[in-house]
Amino acid sequence: MSLSAYIGGLGVLGPGLHNWPQTAAVLSGRQLYVPAPTVLPVPAMLPPAERRRTGRVVKLALALAREATANAGADLLQMPSVFSSSGSDGHICHEICQALATPAREVSPTRFSNSVHNVAAGYWSIATGSLAAANVLCAFDASFVAGLLEALTQVTVDGETVLLVAYDTEYPPPLYAKRPVPDALGVAMVLTPERTPNATRIELTLTDEPHDKMADAQMEALRLAIPAARSLPLLHLLAIGAPGRVILEYLDVSRAAVRIEPCV
Amino acid sequence: MKPLLLREYTATSCIGRGAAATLAALLEQRSGLKRCDFDTVRIDTHIGEVPGVDAQRLPKDLQIFDCRNNRLAELALQQDGFFDAVQAAAARWGRRRVGVFIGTSTSGIMQTELAYRARDAATGALPASFEYGTTHNSFSVADYLRQRCRFEGPAVAASSACASSAKVFGSARRMIEAGLIDAALVGGTDSLCLTTLYGFHSLQLTSPAPCRPFDAARDGISIGEAAAFALLERVPESLDGNAVLFHGVGESSDAHHMSAPHPEGLGAKRAMQAALDAASMQPGDIDYINLHGTATPSNDRSESQAVTSIFGPTVPCSSTKGATGHTLGAAGALEAVISALAIRHQLMPGGVHTKRVDPTLTAHYIRENRRGAVRRVLSNSFGFGGTNCSLILGCAG
Repeated sequence: MSLSAYIGGLGVLGPGLHNWPQTAAVLSGRQLYVPAPTVLPVPAMLPPAERRRTGRVVKLALALAREATANAGADLLQMPSVFSSSGSDGHICHEICQALATPAREVSPTRFSNSVHNVAAGYWSIATGSLAAANVLCAFDASFVAGLLEALTQVTVDGETVLLVAYDTEYPPPLYAKRPVPDALGVAMVLTPERTPNATRIELTLTDEPHDKMADAQMEALRLAIPAARSLPLLHLLAIGAPGRVILEYLDVSRAAVRIEPCV
Repeated sequence: MKPLLLREYTATSCIGRGAAATLAALLEQRSGLKRCDFDTVRIDTHIGEVPGVDAQRLPKDLQIFDCRNNRLAELALQQDGFFDAVQAAAARWGRRRVGVFIGTSTSGIMQTELAYRARDAATGALPASFEYGTTHNSFSVADYLRQRCRFEGPAVAASSACASSAKVFGSARRMIEAGLIDAALVGGTDSLCLTTLYGFHSLQLTSPAPCRPFDAARDGISIGEAAAFALLERVPESLDGNAVLFHGVGESSDAHHMSAPHPEGLGAKRAMQAALDAASMQPGDIDYINLHGTATPSNDRSESQAVTSIFGPTVPCSSTKGATGHTLGAAGALEAVISALAIRHQLMPGGVHTKRVDPTLTAHYIRENRRGAVRRVLSNSFGFGGTNCSLILGCAG
């Protein structure tokens, strides 16, 4: 049983990766990879009052969603979304748990509101004014493929054009020692049921085959360091622009085979 | 959508372990709420605590998952023969063909809260024994159930605040319809912790009294904990008369505010209408509505408006949170199971603790139990981030 869709837009942001075109240039070997801390833009699409309250998770997810949907030129108001992340905001979690370990136990109401796993989906809905459904998922290190599966079932079963955003941000100490995610990285895709000009076809099946690694040592290190970067073998294939098939890590006993066919 | 069969279902909350105890409490209109005495919490509020969670043990080979949330999941799994039933599903369909879809808002965050109390004085490090991934992480409870039941199909945690475990029905439905799996373990587990107790308190959303949904004097929520599960499969050719079907799901966003509902319940209305559309039903097909009904002034007002705008002022509705407390990420699944019990046992559960229904709320809120045909139930779950989900369950035929 396979699921398929057409990729109508992409967004990427990560350490030394500034957007999809530049990431594609790096992954296809046309540009040198220069490692640098991830730069997260201020989410200009939010009203100022909301903008002030956003942490790194929201900034990352909104930047990704914006890049992917800008390229797709799609109708945001009708587009359901899937937000998948291996964890919530590590900084907020740290602040809350630190406060709860003191006698006063004063938890900031804004921090608490922003501690929910669906914080980015909430702000995306506020930013776009979209009443469409958002599904917010977590599958720890398997969160990218879990999100891709959910998005592809929405395309295949319900015929929807769906926005997928998979993203992770770093953990501060002392949590970092237990969850060593070093920086922010994410990928967003618009997945559509109908073929559009220049859209690449994506097809997914579950498999037992061993998963692919990145040939480049720096990219392989990145793939292992940040859960959303488990998508890198797929991004590499998309960057090359040739048809092909990659196996992505998913759960221990199950992997995702993804086949890509660029439309010409 | 094509309806699915709730082949098995179970729920454990402060009103009882398993379906029979839950039904008995509903029939007696008994509340499980008590004055908050949880851990070291000093808040003037009421809670719905499941007795015996701390004493629950996980199997030896899964000790790495040990935390209050997974203990609660294990406790619930053992009720109503549910664990054996899901094992039978794996035998029937194959381990690769059963998926796991579990809603949670805070998972095992209490492990991290406890670890922060035990940081090394010199280095600030968390204790060596603390495991993040298999306890605190949102996926922990879904992964625990997957490994406990030895399923090998897709598995995921849904974490959309208080709509989480209603939304898993939608994700499971899509994956079954796509043909990726033949059966789905769906449900929710959320357990008491300091983050939610102090967090909701900081937002002034907790009531000092047991919560009173739709009461004129309602003044906030009572936080509870629960684990509730269902086994979903395609509808077989022959069904027994007691079968409960999952007919429809509707999902939406508010596009309004992170922690306050849309004042007119715009997103809620859209979710309820979408559920009706998915089920190919009219508002008149719904016999009873299990409300989100948290007992905050704003939630109940906006939900009442949204309900009345679609269903009019006569469909009986109530919130069971006066009995169970607001079980947050588990509420959707808990109330889906309560809805299944309502259908199976022809019971519209009256809302407890509510003394005087707010006369400005137009929905038809019932305080006393009603017996009689309950063929279709709509159950609402809304959450922070402006996320909304409505489920429709019904009898076969």
